[in-house]
Amino acid sequence: MHVPDGFFNAPVSVAAGAVAAGGLGLCLRGARRELDDRTAPMAGLVAAFVFAAQMLNFPVAAGTSGHLLGGTLAAVLVGPYTAVLCVAVVLIVQAFFFADGGITALGVNITLMGIVATVAGYALFRLIMRAAPRRRAVVPVAAFAGAALSVPITALAFTGLFWLGGTAPLDVSSVALAMVGVHVLIGLGEGLITALTVSSVLAVRPDLVYGARGTAAPLVLRTAGGESEVAAPPVAPAPAPGRAGLRPVLAGGALVAVLLAGVASFYASASPDGLEKVAQDKGLNAQEQDHPLGGGPLADYGVKGVASERLSVGVAGVAGVGITLLAGGAVFYAVRRRGRSAQRARA
Amino acid sequence: MHRLPPQCKLLAVAAFAVVVVATPREALWAFAAYALMLAAVAAAARVPAGFVLRRMAIEIPFVIFAVALPVIGLGERVQVLGLSLSAEGLWAAWNILAKATLGVVASVLLAATTEPHAMLIGARRLRLPALLVQIATFMLRYLDVILDEMRRMRVARESRAFAARDVRHVPVLARSAGALFIRSYERGERVHLAMLSRGYTGTMPVIDDIGASAAQWATAALLPVAALATAATSWSMG
Repeated sequence: MHVPDGFFNAPVSVAAGAVAAGGLGLCLRGARRELDDRTAPMAGLVAAFVFAAQMLNFPVAAGTSGHLLGGTLAAVLVGPYTAVLCVAVVLIVQAFFFADGGITALGVNITLMGIVATVAGYALFRLIMRAAPRRRAVVPVAAFAGAALSVPITALAFTGLFWLGGTAPLDVSSVALAMVGVHVLIGLGEGLITALTVSSVLAVRPDLVYGARGTAAPLVLRTAGGESEVAAPPVAPAPAPGRAGLRPVLAGGALVAVLLAGVASFYASASPDGLEKVAQDKGLNAQEQDHPLGGGPLADYGVKGVASERLSVGVAGVAGVGITLLAGGAVFYAVRRRGRSAQRARA
Repeated sequence: MHRLPPQCKLLAVAAFAVVVVATPREALWAFAAYALMLAAVAAAARVPAGFVLRRMAIEIPFVIFAVALPVIGLGERVQVLGLSLSAEGLWAAWNILAKATLGVVASVLLAATTEPHAMLIGARRLRLPALLVQIATFMLRYLDVILDEMRRMRVARESRAFAARDVRHVPVLARSAGALFIRSYERGERVHLAMLSRGYTGTMPVIDDIGASAAQWATAALLPVAALATAATSWSMG
């Protein structure tokens, strides 16, 4: 999924770079709250782990294999701010040391794979953890859902950027359909691996799983004894930054929803012909196998045949808005919850 | 080239990539000029062509995508060698191929002439957030250790006759990933304690700083300035 130079035009690259820089600034502050002065060594080693985990190939079916993207996994294990930082550092290192992903596309890559994927995955994870009973067994299930949905959501965000400033002459709604279709499958694999990895860490060192801290309250009492009760009451300073960071996130989510709705409905009404034409001469989904190392972009842009274009476009539009609203709401809850779970973590 | 301060090279490569991306795709000669500039840099740095070509393999997935573009693209069709291709798609494929290749070659040259450690010093000199540079430092320092651990786990799995064939074997690999995470995390804790015991207060001591003279900045600026001149010409012509 590493976007190279020249795939997006200059304005979109610059804007995504600004978004990435702002997001990283926010995460640097947030990670300090998650890890204190341990940030540099811990985040560094988790980044090395993410890099290594991306090299672990998982067999999917006869002959093909996929690999982990790792944003949601890192967020569940070490917390969302640190996770975004780790994925971003991995992307920066890949761009400058391995020439993987363009330097001008670094902003796009960090925004999509670092910020959107991790935030969406972790927000869904939090939402499910909040709704479900407070049991540790729920954590892998929530991790599965978060990771599985984060991948198609990232694909939708990619399509949004593509609509704004892609350089390839492809019909946006068919790109959206192909991206989401292929990435639902990739997401299922991502979710499976994430859930299994999280549950194996939970079995050995449950205290290391950041995402299990808030819900596994009895566990905290058992291991830390009376200490946690002493530190629990002071809930004053954290909510303020949490709430301040909420508004831009919500506004961004709403903007994305409106854009997506606009794209889908515009193309549904204006250019069914274009879509039909593209759909019929693209049987390109044979290229779905992931590239062993780089996460073959073809998988991301391979185009799938569509049976009924009007129906599919309508479904895509509705699904797009629905998923975006879901993600926006999830972000809302996640940000509100974070303040509290951070307090408990400190306890 | 190898001796230039890293911060100069980092900025030069970034500026070069931005200029290349901002060049209109119709200016074919401009891209030829960029390629010549990079060839000159490679020659000056004595980076063998084979090395650059091997490292360019990372680009292959996008090359396949670019080749597919003329076939699946929209817009008017043109006949090329009996195939009906999208003219717009051809241009887009050229655009992505040319710009991505130039960007990859520039990054490869940067990585070939700059040690990772020096690159991080350069990033610090460029006033990137100190915490970010520290995280990258630790990642690069322990990357080989973590990869080695992963390799040992693979050897252990395979010596027990494990071979991942289909999706039923994913739980085993996921447990390996979980164990790898725990080992990485615990190593991080040990590293942090070791740093504290040596007086770490949140900032790394600066031992080896590389300053850059005006002459060195000027040398490094040759590439982006030449590229900018080319791009400016192509803008005024377009």
